[in-house]
Amino acid sequence: MDLFSKKNKETFFTPLWVNNPVATQVLGICSALAVTSKLEPALVMGISVTIIVALANVVISLLRNTIPNRIRIIVQLVVVATLVTIVSQVLKAFAYDVSVQLSVYVGLIITNCILMGRLEAFAMQNKPWESFLDGVGSGLGYALILVIVGFFRELLGSGTLLNFRIIPECLYVKEGGFYMNNGLMVLPPMALIILACVIWFQRAKNPDLQEKNN
Amino acid sequence: MEYLSLFVKSIFVDNMIFAYFLGMCSYLAVSKNVKTALGLGVAVTFVLLVTVPVNYCLENYVLAPNAIVEGVDLSFLSFILFIAVIAGIVQIVEMAVEKFSPSLYASLGIFLPLIAVNCAIMGASLFMQQRHFEGIGEATVYAFGSGIGWLIAIVALAAIREKLSYSNVPAPLRGLGITFITVGLMAMAFMCFSGLTI
Repeated sequence: MDLFSKKNKETFFTPLWVNNPVATQVLGICSALAVTSKLEPALVMGISVTIIVALANVVISLLRNTIPNRIRIIVQLVVVATLVTIVSQVLKAFAYDVSVQLSVYVGLIITNCILMGRLEAFAMQNKPWESFLDGVGSGLGYALILVIVGFFRELLGSGTLLNFRIIPECLYVKEGGFYMNNGLMVLPPMALIILACVIWFQRAKNPDLQEKNN
Repeated sequence: MEYLSLFVKSIFVDNMIFAYFLGMCSYLAVSKNVKTALGLGVAVTFVLLVTVPVNYCLENYVLAPNAIVEGVDLSFLSFILFIAVIAGIVQIVEMAVEKFSPSLYASLGIFLPLIAVNCAIMGASLFMQQRHFEGIGEATVYAFGSGIGWLIAIVALAAIREKLSYSNVPAPLRGLGITFITVGLMAMAFMCFSGLTI
């Protein structure tokens, strides 16, 4: 068996950009928008989701032949809820500040459509190793969008990145300079508009993805 | 009076869509025409109205520290229990609607079972847990207000998208992109409600 065959590489790399879970498959939008006002929570959220999708994909893929078809949704939800509980407890223990910032959105990973989407569409039909690659790829694709949106919102909204000051203090109006933070960037609406710009860019580069109707 | 204030706040200020982005997936997928949007909005409101009070009781009488057995804190089980309650109630609602109103069941189609994985439902239960409501009355009013807020948001977007289908949008923005921008502008409009008190 070839662990890194051409097909496996494709499974891993297409969700990163072309078949991105957020921008193309429209999965997991809720948390993608809500946690991105700063870069740090966006990064932690991206990593948490990657770990959970990868592990849930492996577990479901191992169980795929024994799960009765009628109750598969409940089985999937229980597996995901268990993994999310573990991640949430780990975050509370080792990164308490971030876990407070993420608030309910850690719990909401359970209902994140990326998980159900990947479990239904991929893990139920494929072997554990392929499912693992698909999970990591989808998770990283999701994390990529979060980091892009979080980067612009923190840089333009607070002038910092990962709480490290990028735009020097002396340029600000109150220090006699000319620059002011864009307060709108920190508020919810700009998350939607920045994400729209990311989608615009992605679809301008990949004309196949453009939709015909509004 | 407190109930009215909480109700209005949960519709306009803490709107599920515009302030917390909950239930975005079905919000974007089902908002192509007003009629189905209205049906889904009503179904979401109903499921919220049932699940949040049930989860409130579980949270306070089963999971809270020292609730069942002295010295036992089960609150780490809340995620699993909440999602199990939601999935169970959605299943019951689906069967009830199928039995008593086959026409509504046919018009809602697959959206009914999908409510189980709608983040707005789970989100309302988690916010209920986080905000420590006093009494089941507050939890119920909050659930109803959130549901109505979600309903208003989806019907408004569906109406805009019906009109939008006649306009000429740049090719890469068609579909998803322009919808996001529309929702962003709607969220900005809803921001003028912040600070609203009664």
